Amino acid sequence: MALGFSDPFDAIFRFQTALDQQLESDWLEGATTGTGAFPPINIFRQGHDFAAIIELPGVTKEDLSLEVRGNTLRISGRKTAAYGGNASTHRRERISGSFDRTVNLPVQLGPDRVKAEYREGILTLSLPRAESDKPRLIKVN
Amino acid sequence: MTAQELEVQQKRELDKKEEKTIPVRTFLPHTDIYETPEALVVVMEMPGVNREHADITVEDDILSVAGRIDFSKYEKFQPVYTEYNIGHYQRRFSLTPNNFDARKISAEMKDGVLKVVLPKAEQVKPRKIELK
Repeated sequence: MALGFSDPFDAIFRFQTALDQQLESDWLEGATTGTGAFPPINIFRQGHDFAAIIELPGVTKEDLSLEVRGNTLRISGRKTAAYGGNASTHRRERISGSFDRTVNLPVQLGPDRVKAEYREGILTLSLPRAESDKPRLIKVN
Repeated sequence: MTAQELEVQQKRELDKKEEKTIPVRTFLPHTDIYETPEALVVVMEMPGVNREHADITVEDDILSVAGRIDFSKYEKFQPVYTEYNIGHYQRRFSLTPNNFDARKISAEMKDGVLKVVLPKAEQVKPRKIELK
């Protein structure tokens, strides 16, 4: 499914619809990973490679740790929302606490080539596919 | 193994009162509001919004916050598995009239969290009531 951006007014809406369509798609089925664990993860494909984008508002870089092993990602840390002793709450919607989530991806990742960037509460992981896992064109004689 | 205390919160979509000319879905940022003796503080989660794309206005005793996401980073990305949706943020709160000194309102943004501080006007600072 190609996401064309030809019509700028429609483009974002169509992207949001596409995100809805992949909600809990069965791409991760068969492995141990499932939904419900914090933080919520979106996985995208870019050509042969993948990217995972995770929202972690209020988590500082120091409170976040990432591990990659084979095709397994582990994201752990603390999200804090503390306001001090003399604060009296009117409204409380933010959640806080510690998290530790492991995701098994159905693709082999290129070892040592996973890159992570964390800005404005969004963790972007670029997950290049291992060379051995990339599809090869087989010529029919 | 660390105990899992956090649960995923789904994003709530904005209830549109006016019709939009551009069909983009907007979400309500999760918000905490608390009060100290000096100020009212509004804390909103808007991951992906940087300070240039956050608009904060106080008009007619309504605090309006809007945060825009830069979608261009997603241009070449095709979603294969998603657990949350992505969109701009918008939310409004009515403030008690005449409670705040509009000139002293300040805001800061860090790690996708916006904090708006509304200092209370002098005459409305709380007075402790003594229990006899």
